[in-house]
Amino acid sequence: MEQFASLKRSKDGQPVRYLVVDDSVFARKNLARIVETFGGQVAGEAGDGMTAITEYERTNPDIVLMDITMPQMEGIEAAEKIVGQHPEARIVMVSSVGYQENIVAALQRGARHFVQKPVKPEVLYEVIKYVLGDDGAVANAAGAGA
Amino acid sequence: MKMELIQPFINAADAVLAQGLQSPMSIGNLSMEQEAYRRKGVAALVALTGDIEGRIVFDLEPEAAVRVASRFAGTELPESDDLVRETVCELANQVTGNAVTSLNDQGFHFRVHPPIVHTSEHGPTSTEDTEALVICFETGIGNVFMNIALRYNVQRAGEMAAAAGE
Repeated sequence: MEQFASLKRSKDGQPVRYLVVDDSVFARKNLARIVETFGGQVAGEAGDGMTAITEYERTNPDIVLMDITMPQMEGIEAAEKIVGQHPEARIVMVSSVGYQENIVAALQRGARHFVQKPVKPEVLYEVIKYVLGDDGAVANAAGAGA
Repeated sequence: MKMELIQPFINAADAVLAQGLQSPMSIGNLSMEQEAYRRKGVAALVALTGDIEGRIVFDLEPEAAVRVASRFAGTELPESDDLVRETVCELANQVTGNAVTSLNDQGFHFRVHPPIVHTSEHGPTSTEDTEALVICFETGIGNVFMNIALRYNVQRAGEMAAAAGE
């Protein structure tokens, strides 16, 4: 798999920490492999929206990658609840269902961005850089984390 | 079943499989299923409700499922691994999601239900208004079957027509 220039937290140069939420174990592992090529670290995983909320509280991640269609509680509702408690939360929706209504609903409820499955690593990388903004830095370009 | 409902699924399967497998593939047999659905290997079912309702089954011969799952996972998986079934479910999820995105752009509204592993040997029999189409995708590492049974939701269509006429 392609390797990317490491994305680090600009405040301390540490790896960006991710919470990966998807009811598919395969999808979670796939996303974990991708973010590791970005120099990231998986802080936690969840298979449904309810667990995502508790895992967010436990891990306090820099980025949440959140599926939409999940059992018990869907991703958009979970995103809304997390952002309601933590307005600073950076949630990127990752779903195969990419129609306008879903995207708009997710953004209106606090998600920062949307990536459609199958995930192209180069697309996710750029989205994460954008969502992190000044809180993220490309390690070898900006010198952060060196 | 109208081709306008089928084509987005064919396009989506083509795109998802091509990206995941990184190898050429082609569409082989295409047939209408008259008898009850008979599972071929590792299968996942995704149900749709809304303006169009029905289900899509992704079905891979066991050896093909292992090879496809291994290719998607980027590592060799044993046949017994749950990840094989998980991969088939995720494959079904991605193809269906991409297809309904395209159909939504045409004005159809859906709810996509989470994929479930289809374990029974037989599925429901086709009916006059829910005939099933089976498409075989021939990949370099085995055949992938997509069984689609969809129909227009007549009640929803009537409601929409009535609303439009108000």
